[in-house]
Amino acid sequence: MEQGLTRAVAAPRLSAAARRRQLREKAVAGFITLMAFTGIAALVLIIVFVAKEALTLFTDADARHEASLSKMFLAQEGRYPFRWQPVSDTPKVSMIPLFVGTLKITLVSMLVAVPMGVFSALFVAEFAPRRLRELLKPVIELLAGIPSVVLGFFALMVLSPMVKDLFHLDRPLNGTLAGLALALAIVPVIFTVSEDALTAVPRSYREASLALGATLWETAWKVVLPAAAPGILAACVLGFGRAIGETMIVLMASGNADIVSWNLGDSARSLSATIAAEMGEVVVGSPHYALLFFIGVELFIFTFVLNMAASAWTKKVLQRLTGSAS
Amino acid sequence: MPSLLKPLLAVFLLALPAAARAGTVTIKGSDTMVILGQRWAEAFMKKNPAIKVQVTGGGSGVGLAALQNGTTDIAMSSREMKKAEADKLKARYKAPPAQRSVAKDGVTFYVHQGNPVGALTTEQLMKIYVGDISNWKQVGGADAPIVAYSRENSSGTYVFVKDMVLDGEDFAPAIQTLPGTAAVVNAVSKEKNSLGYGGAAYAEGVKELKVKKGNEDIAPSADNIKSGKYPLARDLFFYLRAEPTGDLKTFIDFALSPEGQAIVTQVGYFPVK
Repeated sequence: MEQGLTRAVAAPRLSAAARRRQLREKAVAGFITLMAFTGIAALVLIIVFVAKEALTLFTDADARHEASLSKMFLAQEGRYPFRWQPVSDTPKVSMIPLFVGTLKITLVSMLVAVPMGVFSALFVAEFAPRRLRELLKPVIELLAGIPSVVLGFFALMVLSPMVKDLFHLDRPLNGTLAGLALALAIVPVIFTVSEDALTAVPRSYREASLALGATLWETAWKVVLPAAAPGILAACVLGFGRAIGETMIVLMASGNADIVSWNLGDSARSLSATIAAEMGEVVVGSPHYALLFFIGVELFIFTFVLNMAASAWTKKVLQRLTGSAS
Repeated sequence: MPSLLKPLLAVFLLALPAAARAGTVTIKGSDTMVILGQRWAEAFMKKNPAIKVQVTGGGSGVGLAALQNGTTDIAMSSREMKKAEADKLKARYKAPPAQRSVAKDGVTFYVHQGNPVGALTTEQLMKIYVGDISNWKQVGGADAPIVAYSRENSSGTYVFVKDMVLDGEDFAPAIQTLPGTAAVVNAVSKEKNSLGYGGAAYAEGVKELKVKKGNEDIAPSADNIKSGKYPLARDLFFYLRAEPTGDLKTFIDFALSPEGQAIVTQVGYFPVK
């Protein structure tokens, strides 16, 4: 016995063909690893590049004077305490109107898109007859393929007079319009991911619920939906990420006024649209240029924190659902 | 192969400084004029392959500063040179700087076609855009809020309006900004209480506002802009350290030729001739 353990095990001799196969296997694995790391490296480098360009704000004396943190986030003296007017004799660089605008638009779009996306997913997954499902699913998913600039144009040309008349607003371009147009872009995202989550709920759950005498609606609402909650949350987070970062629709439909107002009928200026609108002509290396990159960093931080929070919450829900305490 | 490459390389290296010497014209300045300058350069280099023209932006002030430092041959400027700048140049290069008006730039204000207001003074326009006037009633129109559109601050027209109409003041926060003159025109054509601005060539489906000056309402017509009668127009200049000669003269003559002036119209400005 002991002898058997200590004795060196001779490697089985491989045929030439097997060795070639092994080599090829290794090469393929190496190639795939390389690809994966290239992707990750590109991501990290993008973040490093954006952060580096934004860093000028803190290292350059000129930029520090023109766009200090207090100028970005605190009320300034003058007729309007919060202004975004970076091209001016005395540049005004408050981020507050941009935050308010972004949140306002995102809020409207989420308020519309989450119920719409989740309920249409629930309908398609639980209630729709097979024929209808096979029609509805691709049609809604097709919406995701519409380029956002087309949606923005649609909002500008078609939706704006309708929304203005419907809500009796003064301005045709406003936060509500941008939010609604944005909802068109994120409904398919929320729908697709939610629908996958709902379909992935095991059949046995539904059968058990129905066998206990629950109706179809009760089963869908009280059993299937909670069981798919983590997936649906992930769908909403994805939708939110898309909404906060979406540029063209907001640029075209929101009116882009740097106004601080929670009134949904007023115009709004979002972080992403500001970058898109101003990056084209800004002088490279100027404080304004660094500011735009700083906005990019802020957007990145927002989505990052949101994703972290959502994934932590999903874990908690999963624990509660599966009943495992550890 | 290397034996073939070597002489090729030698020829190339010898030709390089020669090509550089054969004539490079550098142009720097006004961001408003960058596109115009580039179009001119493209067309010019097609006709004169021996002369290389480099165009960069940065702003009128940057271009005029570069002219003093000797880092550019031509400065593009959307404003006239200040006397202090001219004096410095004169002291340094012992000759008065040369000025050429190469194009004209004007801005038109638009309203909806159903708007009864046909003319406003520049002062009224300023008050609207800085936020002191917010109702059409205050300027002789219907009792309705003014929905005013502006351009993004990266646009030359934005800076033009800010300088010429607002006197350097900031736009009011309620002023909405749109990407592109076409978007402004479109928005104005749809909304009956709106006001917007842009180049005159774009005005379609909207009413062009005349500018009231004294007792006269001046329309933003090509004639009025060319003659300088329309108040919201300005010259676009080339500045040089001295009267142009050689390649510089060839280039400027081209810019002022009928062909060069046709490019001005294409880019959306007005010809000087």
